[in-house]
Amino acid sequence: MLEIKGLAVKLEEEDKQILKGVDLSVEAGSVHAIMGPNGSGKSTLSYVLSGRDGYEVTDGTATLEGEDLLEMDVEERAAAGLFLAFQYPVEIPGVGNMTFLRTALNAQRKARGEEEISAGDFLKLIRAKAKDLKIDAEMLKRPVNVGFSGGEKKRNEILQMAMLEPKMCILDETDSGLDVDAMKLVSDGVNALRDEGRAFLVITHYQRLLDHIQPDVVHIMADGRIVKSGGPDLALEVEKNGYTDILTEVA
Amino acid sequence: MAAPAVKQDATEARIAGLTLPDGAGWATDARNDALSRLREMGLPNRRDEYWRYTDPTSLTQATAPRAAIFDDRDEAPVFGEIDKLKIIFVDGVFDAKRSDPLELAGLEIERLSDAMATDIHWAKDLYGQREKAGQNPVARPLAALNTAFADDGIVIRATGKAEKPVCFIYLHRDETSDAILHHLVKVEPGAEMTLLEVGPAAARFNKCMEIDVADTGAFHHVRAQGRDHERRAATHIFARVGSESLYKSFTLTANGVMTRNEHVIEIVGNDASAHVAGAALGDGANAPFHHDDTVFITHDAVNCESRQVFKKVLRNGAEGVFQGKILVKEGAQKTDGYQISQSLLLDDDSTFQAKPELEIYADDVACSHGSTTGAIDETALFYLRSRGVPTDIATDLLVLAFLAEAIEEIDSEALRDDIVARLMHWLERRRQG
Ligand SMILES: Nc1ncnc2c1ncn2[C@@H]1O[C@H](COP(=O)(O)OP(=O)(O)OP(=O)(O)O)[C@@H](O)[C@H]1O
Ligand SMILES: [Mg+2]
Repeated sequence: MLEIKGLAVKLEEEDKQILKGVDLSVEAGSVHAIMGPNGSGKSTLSYVLSGRDGYEVTDGTATLEGEDLLEMDVEERAAAGLFLAFQYPVEIPGVGNMTFLRTALNAQRKARGEEEISAGDFLKLIRAKAKDLKIDAEMLKRPVNVGFSGGEKKRNEILQMAMLEPKMCILDETDSGLDVDAMKLVSDGVNALRDEGRAFLVITHYQRLLDHIQPDVVHIMADGRIVKSGGPDLALEVEKNGYTDILTEVA
Repeated sequence: MAAPAVKQDATEARIAGLTLPDGAGWATDARNDALSRLREMGLPNRRDEYWRYTDPTSLTQATAPRAAIFDDRDEAPVFGEIDKLKIIFVDGVFDAKRSDPLELAGLEIERLSDAMATDIHWAKDLYGQREKAGQNPVARPLAALNTAFADDGIVIRATGKAEKPVCFIYLHRDETSDAILHHLVKVEPGAEMTLLEVGPAAARFNKCMEIDVADTGAFHHVRAQGRDHERRAATHIFARVGSESLYKSFTLTANGVMTRNEHVIEIVGNDASAHVAGAALGDGANAPFHHDDTVFITHDAVNCESRQVFKKVLRNGAEGVFQGKILVKEGAQKTDGYQISQSLLLDDDSTFQAKPELEIYADDVACSHGSTTGAIDETALFYLRSRGVPTDIATDLLVLAFLAEAIEEIDSEALRDDIVARLMHWLERRRQG
């Protein structure tokens, strides 16, 4: 599904190398987790994959189902099936949640040559999905993320994901700021989407999320590289001992 | 103090081709008074402080610059879905045949010339009176010219709750038309009405409207200035707002080589509320765009609220201007005054100039004003695009969001939706092109 080879990235504005050759392969139907110390480049990887400005790819490739991601515009990547649940979801005053999501859904459908969803069907769909995530109808009417609590913003990201049904879902610290119940809701939302044709890349600092969303592979990122990969046990090891042992071991 | 010689000459050149219309004694007096005030002030020129950001030359010169007639049939008519009483002007001349009969429960509607031919008429106490009062502390000579020479217009007295809006439809059919219209609106205690205005009116349009909202009256105004690229307009609204009354005005301007909209409001009764808002969209690609909102609100009563909300979206060298003032007179305690003027510049060629002013002579007031110039929020744009919304549509969503605060000043949902539809069409056309 997602193939990243030797991806090296520097900041556009300054001479700072952030990713130093990332190799990662996420197969369809699987869940991969990335853990790693603060500032190791996890969010940067997710931004570069989704096409945010401000980064320069100096080396390497990234493909989604064989298509060169790095050549595509941001919106093309989304239409191709890439989705990023933001670490810090953006507030957009004046743009209604519903309008935003319907515009997004229909734009993606149009880009894929599919028919647009009718207003009625959209409403039914979003109400049902919002209910699952315990997002009340009032919140849907509000501007995108404006006045949402931290946890509500994260749930709203998952709602968007559930509506857009992407193939490759990247979740950047979706668990941070969630209370225990919300963590369960969000995990259930993710698990409900687990499917043969879909893959997840879950960036997190904590084992707790991975208790709910069981990963197939766990990667450790440090200083712009994937330094170690392993099974679910690797996350338990991090939880117990921190990164020091792993980092000395690979150094 | 008489105007300097250059101004006198320019003023005489402008009025040489105009004649004072006939009327009853009071009307002739009002016109002569305005004419002498005009001669005293002289028409504005580039050196006037109040015209620092807008060149008045094309608004004051003897003949109107030609303006091509714009074919707007690609779009459903503005306010087309709104049930309304239609009053139609063609190049500034009332067209009785095409207009609805001037009858509506709760309102008395007459043509200005009929009112002015009547010896005893309520219009006597309004015509030229608000305009004259509004000449202080800043001169507005184009309004005095209007009072002197306007030969058409409508006068409305609201005595009850009007069942539907009155709509002035200004058609532009002659490329050289030079129209001067003067309207009066008097809202009696407890009465309420909505006035709509739409269209370019003429190649050059000088419009003056005097409004008196009595205690507990309510007046709503929504206008959409025509899409003709080369049209020019200098409009003045002078309003007096009584106690516990409501005054609300919103203007949409999309296109127009030269627009100066002046709004002068005096709040004279306690517990009143006056809001003026505007959304202007300018694209210099087809023709230059220059839009100037000049607002002066005076608080002369206790516990009143006023809002000025002006938003401009500018691209391809479009120019936006805002001059806004809140004057709180001595004793006007508990005044709540708010003023915001913002521009969204979609490129580096466009410009916005703002002069926000507060002048306060009371101590127990809450007044705020702010002015910003900005570009599209890149973070928000990325977020929208990351969900698959194409850049142009995402930009339009953010433009609409930027304008929302101004549009929300329109109370009626149907009118708000109509204005939003205009905005979307305007944006869509630019997406295709
Ligand atoms: N736009 C930027 N300007 C300056 N520095 C940046 C920028 N983007 C990323 N960095 C730097 O790159 C490094 C990696 O940041 P990134 O946000 O990817 O880390 P992270 O692994 O997601 O960390 P965390 O676990 O704290 O979320 C950090 O040192 C960060 O300061
Ligand atoms: Mg991060």
